[in-house]
Formats: sequence, C-alpha cells, structure tokens
Amino acid sequence: MSPLIFYPVAAAAVLSALAVVTARSPVRSAMALVATLVSLAACFAMLQAHLVAALQIIVYAGAVMVLFLFVIMLLNLQDDPPETGRAGLRFGAGGVAVVLAGGFAKVLWEHSAGDGAVLAESFGTTKVVARSLFSDYLVPFELTSVLLLVAVVGAVVLARRDDAPGQD
Amino acid sequence: MSLWAIGAVKSLLVLVFVLQLSAFLLWIERKGSALIQNRIGANRANIFGVVPFNLGFLNTLVADPIKMFTKEDFIPAGCDRFLHALAPFMALFPALITFAAIPFGDSIVLGGETVELRVVDLDVGLLYILAMVSMGVYGAVIAGWASNNRWALLGSIRGSAQMISYELAMGLALVSVVLSYGTLDMQDMVHAQGRTVLGFLPAWGVFFQPVAFIIIFVAGMAESKRVPFDIPEAESELIAGYFTEYSGGKQASFMLADFAEVVVVAGLVTTLFFGGWQFPWLAADGFHLPLMGTIEVSALVVTLLQLMAFSLKVLFFCWLQILVRWTVPRFRYDQLMDLGWKGMLPIALANVVFTAALILARGEGS
Amino acid sequence: MITSAHFMVLSAVLFFIGAVGVVTRRNLIVIFMSVEIMLNAGNLAFVAIANRLGTIDGQTIVFFVMTVAAAEAAVGLAVIIAMFRNAETIKADELSSLRW
Repeated sequence: MSPLIFYPVAAAAVLSALAVVTARSPVRSAMALVATLVSLAACFAMLQAHLVAALQIIVYAGAVMVLFLFVIMLLNLQDDPPETGRAGLRFGAGGVAVVLAGGFAKVLWEHSAGDGAVLAESFGTTKVVARSLFSDYLVPFELTSVLLLVAVVGAVVLARRDDAPGQD
Repeated sequence: MSLWAIGAVKSLLVLVFVLQLSAFLLWIERKGSALIQNRIGANRANIFGVVPFNLGFLNTLVADPIKMFTKEDFIPAGCDRFLHALAPFMALFPALITFAAIPFGDSIVLGGETVELRVVDLDVGLLYILAMVSMGVYGAVIAGWASNNRWALLGSIRGSAQMISYELAMGLALVSVVLSYGTLDMQDMVHAQGRTVLGFLPAWGVFFQPVAFIIIFVAGMAESKRVPFDIPEAESELIAGYFTEYSGGKQASFMLADFAEVVVVAGLVTTLFFGGWQFPWLAADGFHLPLMGTIEVSALVVTLLQLMAFSLKVLFFCWLQILVRWTVPRFRYDQLMDLGWKGMLPIALANVVFTAALILARGEGS
Repeated sequence: MITSAHFMVLSAVLFFIGAVGVVTRRNLIVIFMSVEIMLNAGNLAFVAIANRLGTIDGQTIVFFVMTVAAAEAAVGLAVIIAMFRNAETIKADELSSLRW
C-alpha cells in the first residue's frame, strides 16, 4: 500500500463524508455519500478485499444510493433552510465527536501498530470469501435471505397507497 | 517502472479504441439510419469549402465535434450549477472505464515479460463491469435533477427506474454465465471459449447460454438508454428528457457516453458469448482446422488476428445495436416495465435455476 | 508504509462524522445517510482487521452488514415515503405528534 494512494483516498472519504453531513441540498448529500462509498471501495481494494470492494459499489453505490436519490426526487425535496437556533447543539456535538474520534483513533492506532499477518496471494478472492460464506456462515447467510424477503414485503406494504387504483 | 509504462500504454490504447469507435459510431449511425430510411444522410460536411470533394466519414468525424464544442454552453436559471456541470462526467466516466476489465487479446511476451492484453487483471472482472454499469445511472439522474426542468426530472426518474429494473435481469443472467464458466475472471472465460465442441464448433458461450445472451444483450441496450428503450429521453414526450437543458460540449459528452455504452455492451457480449478475442480454430501455434489439419502461423500473426477478431466482433455488435435502434419503435413506459419485471427477470431466474440444476446433475460442482 | 492501523483511524474519523450528522441534522433522509456512513466506517474496520489478522471472517461479516443495510434502506425509505404522505414533511423535529 503506497501512501501516495492511501492519503488522497482517505482525504476524499473524509471530505465527502463531511459534505454529506453539512450539505443543505439532499441531492448533494446523496452524491457526496456516493463519493464516500466509492472511496471506501478503493480502501477495501487496498486491503486486498477485491470482492467486497466490487460488492460495495454494486450494492451500495449502485443500488442503495439510487434508491435514496429516487426517493428524494419522488418527494421533490427542496434544500433545507439554513440551520438556526441550535448552534449550541451543533458545536457541542461537533466538539464531543472530535474528542471521541481522537480518543478512538489513539487507542486503535496504539493497539494495531506494527505489521499484520502475511497474507496469501488468494486472500480476499471470490473463492476464499465464498468458502467462508457457505461453510462457517451458512445459517446466517440463509437467514439473510429471509431478512431480505421481509424487507421487500415490508417496503411494499409501507409505501403502497391505500387508494391506488387496482387495490381493493 | 516498465510495469507502470505498460499499464499506461494499455489504458491509453483501450481509451482511444473506445473513444474512436464511439465517434465512428456517430457517423455509422447517421449513414446507417439514412440507409434504413432510404435517404442519403450526412453528406455536406466540407472543410471551409476548401476541399471541393466529400472525404466521406472523415469530414463528419471532424465537423461534428467542432460544431458541438463551439456551441454556447447554456446553463439554465435556478439550477444547481455544480451538479449541472458534474452530470456529463458522471455519465461519461463509468462508460469509459468499464472497458478496463475486458480482455482484447491473449497474453503476449514482450521483451522477456509477459503482458496480458487487458488493462487490469481482476479476479472479480465481471463484478467490476456490473459495478461500473450500475454507476452509469448517476449521470442521467443528476442531469435531470440539476436542470431545474420538469421534463428533465421526469426523464431522470424514468431513467433511474428503468436502469435499476434492467440491472436486475442483467445481474441474474450474468449469474448463470458465471455458473457455467465457473469463474468471474473474463480472461479465463475467453480461454474457456478457445476449445471446440463436436470437433468443429467453436465453444462460444452463446451455444451454452443462449437465453442469457439474449437477456444480457437486451438489458445492455436498455442500460444504454437507446431506442427502443429511450423513454428517459423520449423526444416526442419529454423534449429531450434528462439532457433537455444541456448544450454544446456537455451534450456532446452525453452523446459520447451513449455511444461508449454501446461499445461496452458490444465488448461485454463479445467476451461472454462470442469468444472474445478468439479467432475460430486459431490456437497459439496456428490454425487447427477440422478435417484439414494444422496450419502453422507465427506468434505475431496470431496476436494480430486475435486483435482483429475482437475488433470485428465488437464492431458487428455495435452495428447490430444501431440496426435495432432504427428499426424498432419506442416502448411505452408500462410495456418497458412489464418486459423487465414480468418478462426478463423470471426468465433469467429460471435460467439460473436450470443452469445450476444441470451443473449439479453432471456433477461438475466441486 | 500504510498499515491496517491507518485504515482503523480513518474508520474512527468517518464513524464520528456520521454520528455528528445523525445528532445535528433534521432531515430524515440526511440522518439516514449519516447512519450509512457509520455502517460503512464499521465495514472498513472489519476489513482492516481481517487484513491484519489474516482471517477472512472480517470480509464475510461485511457481506452481512451490506445486506442488512440494503434491507434497512428499503424499509426505511418506505417509512419515509409513508410519513411524507401523512405529515407532508420529513423534518425529524416536526414529526412530533407522538410526543406528549
């Protein structure tokens, strides 16, 4: 992993995440989140998780975020008005977050310093991840399909108009 | 060092290939549509009136970009200027980098080093392509939103719904392709297609997965948002859909993205179903013709023949898409959704189950 | 030289950026997107740990997190649409009819 690749990607991730939180237009927030997700996919690729990186873009950037944008456009959300009043809350939250993030970063840094394990060439390939997924994690995997079914049914029921034509 | 240099040369080569072919397709489309509609087509492009005769497609190739990029760059009032400027890039960029995972030739030995003739060696090549295809939707969505125009917004909502719908069918069809090849690596897929079956037939994917071929080709055309799937721009209903408010170079970018997607779909179909760079009966040491024995061919000629085979196949599928575009009328919105959700998705699903059952029955699974 | 520790720090920073968004924003969709940032920061930590320990489990967990996030997005956005139909707003502090 070269610092020349890591630092630009990390900076892009952090800046676009800040843009998600601060942008007043929901569409801009969503596009910034897409940038965050793509930067994180690059991080996954750097960590030899190629399959996860590809899935990150297909599932998150390609499907979930399009759903977000679709809903924003469907509701025709306008820009949020400038935040007023709760300056105390915002600066308080920001301050607490900076302190906590600093603490977390320090602990994580100290506890994961030094070299990690030596990885095989095949680490993170489809075959290896799939073997883990369909042996050690088979039951959670099957349960996931039930979860998705529940989510599909729930989403349809919730978003359905009661007075839509064709309904009883 | 040489690794970086080779990589740079390869990416430049592929980028130029896709861009040139896209520009070339614009001319083919003009002349092709004229041929189909019994017209003459673009024939007046003349270099400042200096060249007294028509240089054929060269003139149009030069004239179109000059015309596009010298027009006024119009920005509508009340739009989101940043997103408005971003959208053409979001449309063009994924289309251009998708080709990176598509192999355009066998590995060659160059100065003692083995060079794979594709831009990146990806274990998850097919997933990368699916990922980039799914990123392509943002260009249309953001363009419509940022234009501050009702028709444009309608176009982009249609576009996002359409692209999500057809991505599902495409993804499922790709699953059955992956099942039958047993790999996500596109170079391995092309190698697997180098064999012959029954002694004479090249083992192209289309003979094993004909249903997946049709679904991926149709879904690919839907992804590139061209007639008969062009309801996001539907010029008779929505002015020009999501790029109504674009002009000049930005509009040229959208057009270029469209054609680049045509090239990508052609490349994908060629690689998955028509042997990629495999020339029929040509192995690394020469032709192995059925019934006629072997003809020795030098390595350089083999590489050139493979490159030529790949280019010709891609060109053929580009032409096929243009042919469809000019002979089939546009779908209505509900017909389009019906085709995607009630037609192609169940068929693709059944195809996956059938393929998996067949593999299980033949005991090929490990 | 970049080690997995760098990615852990990046993950911590992203997690708290997301947390600030959840706490300070009023727009439900933006709150939702901030939650996605937090989930993704968690994913990054999982992958970094998998890389450090040389075990694949961290990457497998990410697969599940993504599935849950997709399901959550589908249901959550459906809830937001239903709320918007009933209350004509998706501002978190205006949706207070259950507050007593």
